[in-house]
Amino acid sequence: MLLAVLSGLIFSIVLVFFGRAFKAKWSILIPILPTILVIYFAQMIPTISSGKGFLQHYDWVPSLGINFEFQLDGLSSLFALLITGIGSCIFFYGRAYLKGHPYFDRFFGYLLLFMSAMLGVVLSNNILLLFIFWELTSISSFFLIGFNNDSADSRKSAITALSITGIGGFFLLLALVLMGNIAGTYTITELIQHRDTILNHQFYPLIIGLLFIGAFTKSAQFPFHFWLPGAMKAPTPVSAYLHSATMVKAGIYLLARFTPILGNHTYWNTTLMVVGGITMLYAAIHSLFRIDMKAILAYSTISALGILTFLLGVGTKEAVVAACVFIVVHALYKATLFMVTGIVDHETHTRDITVLGGLRKVLFPVAIAAFLAALSSAGFPFLTFGFVGKDLIYEATLHYTNADWTWILTGATVATNIALVSAGFMAGIKPFVGPLPEKFEKVHLPYKAMWIPPLILAILGVFFGVLPAIAGDYFTTAASNTIWGMNTESYLKVWHGFNTVFTLSVVTLLGGTLIYAINKPSLAKLARIEKLNSISPQRIITGFANDIVRVGHWYTGIFHNGYLRSYHFKIILFAEALLAYRLWMSGPISLDMWDLTYPDLYEVAVIFILIGALYLVVSTASRLTAVVAMSVIGYCICLIFVIYSAPDLAMTQFTIDTLTTVLFVLVLYKLPPFINMTNRGIMVRDAIVATGFGIILSLVALKVWSEPISTEISDFYGENAYLLAKGKNVVNVILVDFRGIDTMFETVVLSIAALGVYSLIRLRLKSSEKE
Amino acid sequence: MKSPILQSATKYLLPILLLFSFFLLLRGHYYPGGGFVGGLVASIAFVLHSFANGTEATMKILKRKPLSLIPIGLGVSAISVTLPLLFGYPPMTGLWFEEPIPFIGMIGSSLFFDLGVYLVVIGVVLTILFTISLNNLEEKN
Repeated sequence: MLLAVLSGLIFSIVLVFFGRAFKAKWSILIPILPTILVIYFAQMIPTISSGKGFLQHYDWVPSLGINFEFQLDGLSSLFALLITGIGSCIFFYGRAYLKGHPYFDRFFGYLLLFMSAMLGVVLSNNILLLFIFWELTSISSFFLIGFNNDSADSRKSAITALSITGIGGFFLLLALVLMGNIAGTYTITELIQHRDTILNHQFYPLIIGLLFIGAFTKSAQFPFHFWLPGAMKAPTPVSAYLHSATMVKAGIYLLARFTPILGNHTYWNTTLMVVGGITMLYAAIHSLFRIDMKAILAYSTISALGILTFLLGVGTKEAVVAACVFIVVHALYKATLFMVTGIVDHETHTRDITVLGGLRKVLFPVAIAAFLAALSSAGFPFLTFGFVGKDLIYEATLHYTNADWTWILTGATVATNIALVSAGFMAGIKPFVGPLPEKFEKVHLPYKAMWIPPLILAILGVFFGVLPAIAGDYFTTAASNTIWGMNTESYLKVWHGFNTVFTLSVVTLLGGTLIYAINKPSLAKLARIEKLNSISPQRIITGFANDIVRVGHWYTGIFHNGYLRSYHFKIILFAEALLAYRLWMSGPISLDMWDLTYPDLYEVAVIFILIGALYLVVSTASRLTAVVAMSVIGYCICLIFVIYSAPDLAMTQFTIDTLTTVLFVLVLYKLPPFINMTNRGIMVRDAIVATGFGIILSLVALKVWSEPISTEISDFYGENAYLLAKGKNVVNVILVDFRGIDTMFETVVLSIAALGVYSLIRLRLKSSEKE
Repeated sequence: MKSPILQSATKYLLPILLLFSFFLLLRGHYYPGGGFVGGLVASIAFVLHSFANGTEATMKILKRKPLSLIPIGLGVSAISVTLPLLFGYPPMTGLWFEEPIPFIGMIGSSLFFDLGVYLVVIGVVLTILFTISLNNLEEKN
């Protein structure tokens, strides 16, 4: 399983080196990988559906609890099959769609990375590993959404998507770490056993709150939904993949995966129901006003994700079964519709449904796929898998445990589904019916590789619709058993008899068709709805982001103004405040005057020289004088080191001071002429700060002297320097042996500094040479 | 600033100072000294030479850019850090020859580590100073 997860990563690395070859003659190899993976996961279906699972464990960082732990159970098997199965279709489709694109290899590198990351998310049995893959999906989808990197819109959408999902990931990490620490394990299968501990812990509401933010941002739930329509800037194969079977379903997967651990609690269920409910209604209504095929599909995707969240919130056995079936239903029809949209866009260069029409005459097989998908999304009775899914959803809401809520929940789902029927028809039927405009007469069928994959998925939708028992036995039942925690004993069937559920299905279909017939979306209507944007969550969150930028500007203007003197001033002031606070808190300093010895002549002389040089530094108007006086101060300090028998320090200080002076003199040459810009006020201010610093440091020195010192560390080095490292110079032994790795990195830092100076000066020269 | 006295003095001072810096490096494990100070003294020797004869003359003595000393030094340090791995010890373990070498004394892997530091320090200091001073010269011309 490790290889299955990592194969995509490895392949994408190979693409880096052999991209050119894969662009041309080897390109067929790329879609082979997901096909192999889907076969690999498919051959495990019999074992999984019989209720068994696979577990694998490889150590990675065992000391931190991060390991390659994988599990394949009903839920992860369902998702893995969707990811690789729909992935294979998308890969074949995308290979034809992007044929000859200059960044063909790059595209598939990102896509493979993304597929691997998704597989990692659904197969991880370790929540930290899950988080790593979760972040990887955000990062790789950033590259996919921003693939057309020469368009500013595309770049902006990619950044929006990354920041929204990235912030969510941050919260998710907090939730996972909290949960892992409370339960004492990071393994999902073990966490389930600690369910009661977590549920009764005082942090339970916090954990699920953080987890929800992670899941909602990823799965585009209200109010974080707006990144998803923006993400439509990606090439269509990406939209088809990200928004049908993968990326956005990751949040749903997360909620489903943690239902056995955290679910079935009032907070959990109510939040999911409310957020899912708002999302599904809000997005469904929005989808009615769009004229771009992709935008319609985007909003209907958000709505479908809302339904899934809502179902997990309802949380009854029937709701869980319905959610698993609906995941498959939605993946099949949404991937088809997206791929159809891609073909239409590819061939007619427009996605505007007010312009498109009659394309069945020229794109017949594509039209069949689109019709079937639209019917499945509408839940057309007896023929489509969508019907089975819709039935189960209505059954779940009608049998909700709290009878008062039954009709509210059912009403909301019916309203959502009516709008979704209409949206499905607008995207899947509208472009293909009616008269064919003249300008589209020359449109011809694209490569087979482009229209066969959507057709396969559409036909699969019908196949499952006629024989739902197969889908149930092999895919969804095992998944719902995993979420439910025990056998759901669900058997999917087409016909349930003439009952309330069937009536609702018919009402939904008729209502949706009616709206499709009446509602004529147009640019004018779209403009009207966009006026409401000022109160949309997108506007509010973008405004908030802009505020952060503004605060950043303000902060940078004040704190990072580029004047060295200003940095020094602030740093010293801050240090003074901290030190003064600490001194104040640590009580009075006791000083026994009788313990002090009188300074001898050398010391007095050195100190007088020091003070004289200091006065020169402060008072001189020449930089050179100041530099030389500074070096005099440095040498005086060397002398003090010598007097107090620290020859090591003295030697180093001496050489460093010499070289610093040389460096100063060299740099002085480049400085502009000296201008005196200070006035009396500034000088007084600086004098106060400087004197204060001096006084505080002297107090610190006295404090150190009067406090008892713990000598454990120096004793250890003193005793062991010769025994362990065969050296008598303790300082040097520490540098080259005990703390040698520190020294190693310090030399690296020095080297970076040298490279910095070198490249800065050399690069500047080059640009001036150009002039 | 072309002073004949300084020029002829540096002719003898340069090798003596270099020798002294190497002496500091070698004795570091037992007495005050070590790679860092040794490297600084060696760079001062070159800087002094460049003061007397001009930076370009010093660059001629060095033959190649001081920048190239940095990777060599880092490499020597890195090897001495990882060498114990070959003998099955954790990295940074001190490895020593059994018998002292005449004139030099005990030789161990930490001496090579210090040698790496010594080379890096020379490389860094001379790169920074000479880059700036050569740049100053170019601007003057």
